[in-house]
Amino acid sequence: MDDRRFRKRVVFLVLYLAFAILPVYWMVNMSFKTNEEILGLFSLWPKDFTLDNYRVIFTDVSWYSGYINSLIYVAINTVVSLLVALPAAYAFSRYSFLGDKHVFFWLLTNRMTPPAVFLLPFFQLYTTLGLMDTHIAVALAHLLFNVPLAVWILEGFMSGIPREIDETAYIDGYSFPRFFLTIFIPLIKAGVGVAAFFCFMFSWVELLMARTLTSVNAKPIVAVMTRTISASGMDWGVLAAAGVLTIVPGAIVIWFVRNYIAKGFAMGRV
Amino acid sequence: MFEWMAWTLPVAVFFCAIVAMLVAMTVWELKSPTVLRRGFLPIATTRGDRLFIGLLAAAYVNLAFVAVSERMVGWFGLEEEPSIWLSFFASMALLALIMRKG
Amino acid sequence: MKPVNQKAWLLILPVVLCVAFSAILPLMTVVNYSVQDIISPERRVFVGTEWFKSVMRDEDLQGALLRQMTFSLAVLLVEIPLGIALALSMPAKGWKSSAVLVLVAISLLIPWNVVGTIWQIFGRVDIGLMGAALAALGFDYSYTGNASDAWFTVLLMDVWHWTPLVALLCFAGLRAIPDAYYQAASIDGASKFAVFRYIQLPKLRGVLMIAVLLRFMDSFMIYTEPFVLTGGGPGNATTFLSQYLTQKAVGQFDLGPAAAFSLIYFLIILLLCFILYNWMQRVGTADKTGAGHG
Repeated sequence: MDDRRFRKRVVFLVLYLAFAILPVYWMVNMSFKTNEEILGLFSLWPKDFTLDNYRVIFTDVSWYSGYINSLIYVAINTVVSLLVALPAAYAFSRYSFLGDKHVFFWLLTNRMTPPAVFLLPFFQLYTTLGLMDTHIAVALAHLLFNVPLAVWILEGFMSGIPREIDETAYIDGYSFPRFFLTIFIPLIKAGVGVAAFFCFMFSWVELLMARTLTSVNAKPIVAVMTRTISASGMDWGVLAAAGVLTIVPGAIVIWFVRNYIAKGFAMGRV
Repeated sequence: MFEWMAWTLPVAVFFCAIVAMLVAMTVWELKSPTVLRRGFLPIATTRGDRLFIGLLAAAYVNLAFVAVSERMVGWFGLEEEPSIWLSFFASMALLALIMRKG
Repeated sequence: MKPVNQKAWLLILPVVLCVAFSAILPLMTVVNYSVQDIISPERRVFVGTEWFKSVMRDEDLQGALLRQMTFSLAVLLVEIPLGIALALSMPAKGWKSSAVLVLVAISLLIPWNVVGTIWQIFGRVDIGLMGAALAALGFDYSYTGNASDAWFTVLLMDVWHWTPLVALLCFAGLRAIPDAYYQAASIDGASKFAVFRYIQLPKLRGVLMIAVLLRFMDSFMIYTEPFVLTGGGPGNATTFLSQYLTQKAVGQFDLGPAAAFSLIYFLIILLLCFILYNWMQRVGTADKTGAGHG
């Protein structure tokens, strides 16, 4: 290996990683500072280490209820997405049928449509159904992009399983539901995990619909955070702490899915 | 139940036409399955693909027409803005062309 | 070939119903709104193509569209080369590879509004590292007051947020190149650049095309991050399409124009999707493994 070239690569990589990590570090750093230190003293690490900001979030109902609301609708959404997507992905990966490519394409367009386009009618639709400001409304609205996402990811994983397995099972007298639940799903465990992860992520980060369809009872954390942003005299420390807490779930799961991230994004975002 | 959707007749007709097209395409497909073929479009297409491309092209034609119809008054010295039906028929002709030769 | 089985429709029926409920009903409604002047739920007037005309001639909208295009192109110009360079310099094997992979991917998994918050803090002159550093270097930097600074910050934020996606896709593509190719090249005494130009780049073509389209479409619907960071300002320097639409729909409650605009936006996306889908199909049949292995 050409030594000088190798060193250039490492330098570039280290520089990029610094660029990637610094902004996150800065927020984490800030979440452990008091507001006086944030505004008064410019320091690279917390001089006056405090957990007060986190204490505020865990004791103030308007903060922690945001997390609970988000978790509720994200959980509903992920479960429903996977339940409807599993059989559909199986159908797409195993059979060809009238209009299969077109339905697949149609799902893709829904994944790609900006939520802003559907915002108006969603508002009217959920008002008519009396679902405004409920977790179900947000969960249903997020199905729009998460169901196609789950179908695409699962289809990719299922296509990797040889069809002979299905045929052998049917010859052995398995019914479709029994085969699907006891043999097939265990085979694509990783795929189900990745699909669940991406559904979770995209429902967790979505702001526009979650903010428009809720006001008080189901207000998600992403909306709670923007509220403090618009208020004057901000509590930077608490804001940073809230931000750190929203990263935690993703940061934990990322290690487990590291080998599938590229795959998930390649197929999931498509 | 459906008041919030604010239905109007032209839109209802439009969506009925789309549904009718889909049904007709399905029946046609069952009667005589389509073949993947190459026309003047850069990709090989089936009938369904050509219908989609044609409809999309038609939509763009109408939109472009709406965008420039005001200026057409000046260009051609017209009395008033040309009717949208002009571009509608032009776009339908385009759709037919794509379906047959695309 | 997959066996033909029309009963498979039963399996996809739940998905179709679910998505139809959230996609087709709203779409029909948008079309209805776009041809009427809705004064109140009881009083509405059919106006034909009037809203489309006014939207197509709306100068604010044209401004937003132009800004959107410029932004999306800038995003591609920076992120694609940077992503390729990053993928080339990432270690291929061992624990280092895993560690770098995770570090690189972190920004992809941060909620989008928190991405906005991070940069909002990071760029402040009084409390943020970048803002303070720039100020110390003598720049008169303020992303809330100066339009070009705001632009720069939003672009930098997007580069920070999404370059890893390009890098991960390319990394996966590079791993799919068989070792034999490199061996042949080293026997021929090919330079590093020649290896890149004649072996790696052609093999990356499929993955790169996907990355380009994904980044283009994603940046085309960007909303959350600039909303949190700049709120579209100063003035409307960073008001992109989604933002403009949301302002119209929810802020001013202009149902008709907002609906007409939604439809135009939708048509643009539909065209992009169609191109993307056909590319995926082509790449998928050409090499199944391209984007497959992470």
